[in-house]
Amino acid sequence: MSAALNAFTIVAVSAGALFFLAGSVGLLRFPDPMSRLHALTKADNLGLGLVVLGLLPWADGVLAGLKLVAVWLLVQLAGATATQLVARAVRRGQG
Amino acid sequence: MAEFLSGAALFVLAMVALGLARVLRGPGDADRMMAAQLLGTGGIAVLLLLAAATGVTAAIDVALTLALLAVFAAAVFAVGKTGG
Repeated sequence: MSAALNAFTIVAVSAGALFFLAGSVGLLRFPDPMSRLHALTKADNLGLGLVVLGLLPWADGVLAGLKLVAVWLLVQLAGATATQLVARAVRRGQG
Repeated sequence: MAEFLSGAALFVLAMVALGLARVLRGPGDADRMMAAQLLGTGGIAVLLLLAAATGVTAAIDVALTLALLAVFAAAVFAVGKTGG
């Protein structure tokens, strides 16, 4: 059981780290602000989401696990709002 | 497992530092804001990983605060740019 949990954590956290790599490379390499924003949201949502998923088995207790999920949900909500706001600024030619 | 989680935290931190090159290159203010947002999210991921690796659960509270501050930074940027 412990080995399976270890493997699950390693796979999920590695996948999350990969999304952070993709987000950074996208932010640096994509040609215009909108596509850079697109790359950024992948790191926000999937990168952090997979890291949290991988850490869930190591949380001490249900409450600590729910707190981790709450951090992710807050970032989801905040990221969606912030991305819309930044995109609006770019669209109005003020970015 | 603690070694792996610490290594993953270091990797994410390196990726975010790489993304910060966008702050230097710009060209627009929005691009710089995006790099700051990536720093916020990456910082949260690093804090959560380190909290699990070291057992210092207070780092999760720091991550929550960082999540809150990152969105305020982006919101203030947008309000300043578009006038609300």
